[in-house]
Amino acid sequence: MTAAPEPAAGGSLPVGGAMRVMGAETEYGIHAPSAPSANATMMSARVVQAYAQVTRQRAAGGAETRWDYTDEEPLHDARGWTVDRTSAHPSQLTDQPPVLDAEAVALAYGREELELDGQDESGTLLMNMVLGNGARLYVDHAHPEYSSPEVTNPRDAVKWDAAGDLVALATVRRLAADPDLPPVNLYKNNTDNKSVSYGSHENYLMPRSVPFGDIVRGLTPFFISRQVLCGSGRVGIGQDASTPGYQISQRADFFEAEVGLETTIRRPIINTRDEPHATADKYRRLHVIIGDANLSQVSNYLKFGTTALVLSLIEAGLAPKIEVYEPVSALQTVSHDTSLTATLRLLDGRRVTALDLQWMYHEAAAKLAQDTGVGDAVEGDGHTHEVLERWATVLTQLDNDRAAAASSVEWLAKLSLLDGYRERDGLEWSDARLGLVDLQWADIRPEKGLYYRFLARNRMQRILADEAIATAVSEPPADTRAFFRGRCISSFGKDVVGASWDSVIFDVPGYGRLQRVPTREPLRGTKALTGALFERYREAGPFLAELLGHTAPPAA
Amino acid sequence: MAGQEQQQPTSRDSQVDEDIPEAPPAPPEAQASASTEGVDDLLDEIDGVLESNAEEFVRAFVQKGGQ
Repeated sequence: MTAAPEPAAGGSLPVGGAMRVMGAETEYGIHAPSAPSANATMMSARVVQAYAQVTRQRAAGGAETRWDYTDEEPLHDARGWTVDRTSAHPSQLTDQPPVLDAEAVALAYGREELELDGQDESGTLLMNMVLGNGARLYVDHAHPEYSSPEVTNPRDAVKWDAAGDLVALATVRRLAADPDLPPVNLYKNNTDNKSVSYGSHENYLMPRSVPFGDIVRGLTPFFISRQVLCGSGRVGIGQDASTPGYQISQRADFFEAEVGLETTIRRPIINTRDEPHATADKYRRLHVIIGDANLSQVSNYLKFGTTALVLSLIEAGLAPKIEVYEPVSALQTVSHDTSLTATLRLLDGRRVTALDLQWMYHEAAAKLAQDTGVGDAVEGDGHTHEVLERWATVLTQLDNDRAAAASSVEWLAKLSLLDGYRERDGLEWSDARLGLVDLQWADIRPEKGLYYRFLARNRMQRILADEAIATAVSEPPADTRAFFRGRCISSFGKDVVGASWDSVIFDVPGYGRLQRVPTREPLRGTKALTGALFERYREAGPFLAELLGHTAPPAA
Repeated sequence: MAGQEQQQPTSRDSQVDEDIPEAPPAPPEAQASASTEGVDDLLDEIDGVLESNAEEFVRAFVQKGGQ
């Protein structure tokens, strides 16, 4: 395989505000009501398979591509060491292709089952796709997961994450239309309320020069408190929901450590997985596992926007100097207190509420944005001003006008519906119907999902027009390397044999070997830099020739 | 397990020809607000959307671990 040079030089983003390279990962809850014992990994593979069928119709030449695992390093710890493979939990070994081969399927399900399912040429079920919008759709453990393309700002993060919900919806429709398979429901939530949780992660690119200890100190009080903005709400207290009640966060009760590498066991508030998926000596990818999956666009926007602002504070050395006593229990205290009046003890002796903490971060972020100029309404970076405004508005509403906050804050919107049922029908928190409202809130079908019923009645605010989200199903972001990845898939899909966050691999007639195009700089491969190149060529061969010819010919 | 998976469901969603994902339907009235709209009206609509047999449906939603 030949390594080719980077496509072209890239720029950089304004510093000090809400802009940075970021992305979302959503693991969907999966359930086939007519086949409740169906294997979740198999069903998840069918979801990926279904989308391959959808895109094969849409894009001539096929829009499916294998994942390239060369640069996956799940055992690299940001604190500076690597976990021995033999001591790692099997779920941490995410760098090995999770291929269900024919034998494994036959063993688990019988030969008949095998024949029912589509397989690709090599005899394996498709577990992984790279999409034309630059995203990745794959089977992660026992869930289908959509990882959004890299974007540069919180508005785009919401847009391409919501596009993933439409991708998921397309698979649900496809499977429902197949008379040979049970219909599958997908839920954008984080727990089955029976002690199992699955994640929705955020990723933020940071300079490697920022000491990891600063990140831990700066982020922990923020993560304990930001759930008041972006929690999705959960019926039941405790990992198994055995205590009746309602709490702010889907995820809080599943966190047991302050800092750590694991994501499936002993979950930590700050995750130290250190796979930059980019030039490793320049960047780290901060992997955030504590967030809830959001359907509410405003909650999702604030989740990404405020976190990006706080990372800018940390980079500038200006994060509020706050240390919360016993962070894990404080996280759960905040989640269990829907009145937002509980106070947390700080190490310096003060007692503050979650809203107090959020205002401290807001004040610091607003000052930095003003000092750097990125927060200016006219002359700023075009994003920071709006994040700061919405952040302040929602914090103020949470304090004095909860009815208004319920149109944007997901846990409050869900609570308003649950309270409606509790009052009308006199239901206790342990009533199964409230559990069903909680679950069905997150059904991604607009006709069944209760969030979508709220949206249709304008009880939830939109940040983006429906059309913009629909466009992002097939269009990559223009301003990151996701543009190059997505366009390679949609223009030359049949000649792309693999792709990952930081590479695209071609197998083109006329070239003796595979051509691996590295894309290790997230802000290169943009539309501005490569758009014209895609316009010029209909065939991968000449496209690649010009791309590689920019510098030196392929090494022999 | 295989046998159960091949069971034909008794009912399924009707409009399934559409392969291209569609955005959620547009709101019927642009400026309807939570305050002017009765909660009763909302609950009536949700009643019609909720899966039947809440207890069984919720109990059957069992997930394998994730991240």
